[in-house]
Amino acid sequence: MNTSAKAKGGMSWAWFHKLGSPKWFYGISGRLLPWLSIAAALLIAIGVVWGLAFAPPDYQQGNSFRIIYMHVPAAMLAQSCYVMMAVCGVVGLVWKMKMADIALQCAAPIGAWMTALALVTGAIWGKPTWGSWWVWDARLTSMLILLFLYFGLIALGNAITNRDSAARACAVLAIVGVINIPIIKYSVEWWSTLHQGATFSLTEKPAMPAEMWLPLLFTVLGFYCFFGAVLLMRMRLEVLKREARAGWVKDVVIKHLGHKASPHNGAER
Amino acid sequence: MSFESFSDFLVMGKHGLYVWSAYGICFIVLAINVLTPFFARRRYLQQEARRLRRESIT
Repeated sequence: MNTSAKAKGGMSWAWFHKLGSPKWFYGISGRLLPWLSIAAALLIAIGVVWGLAFAPPDYQQGNSFRIIYMHVPAAMLAQSCYVMMAVCGVVGLVWKMKMADIALQCAAPIGAWMTALALVTGAIWGKPTWGSWWVWDARLTSMLILLFLYFGLIALGNAITNRDSAARACAVLAIVGVINIPIIKYSVEWWSTLHQGATFSLTEKPAMPAEMWLPLLFTVLGFYCFFGAVLLMRMRLEVLKREARAGWVKDVVIKHLGHKASPHNGAER
Repeated sequence: MSFESFSDFLVMGKHGLYVWSAYGICFIVLAINVLTPFFARRRYLQQEARRLRRESIT
């Protein structure tokens, strides 16, 4: 009884250990990447065309509200990315999983770009709506802090040359900084603000008509697929760099060589 | 279609400049995020291929 329970436990954790194997990750992510890319391109294209040309204008804001179809996905992704990094930080610290460190450090620049995008599109939207590019409002300020947290993580990862120390420092900063995420989320409820509340919630129906929020659903899902795709691209490269001495990485390099310089490669053999 | 004509679509009431610049910046940022890892991978594989060749000669 005892041994069978142990064996069962071993079985269910097998995927977790596999996930920690760079070679297994490289193979599975290579198969996943084209599908994620196609899904991202289709979802974003449909959402953008629908949102720009077919959704009705807002009765108060007119057409400027169409910025929502880029602003909200970028802002959601900026926060989700940070939460994912904090989870990776915990996994990396507790289980010493290499792949978690790689995911954390590869996600940071993408998260920084998304935060910057949310801030810039928000400023462009704020000008015609509030009459100002920027206000020192709780939501905007906490998003700016998120951007600096991302910059801090990138700088920390680059500054520490020892790989294990860098991973540990980044994990700690990611975990501590995650306190900012609920502050961003609830800032529009805790403090009086110009910023409008959430469009989507899991418990309530959106306050806007379906032809306005459906395109948003497409771009949000599209941005998540996009994030998955570009994160995998970065992680795959990082895996190759870290495993440069492994036989399977040499196979990848040789395969790449054969793809583009076949006569030269043939001569060498 | 929520616009009468194509020029209507471009002008977007009086918000055309805001909407189009926001979307333009978005696509530039998305493109940067795709192209950076793409070219980094290509550069790395070429560099590794050179290294492998060097090592196989010596």
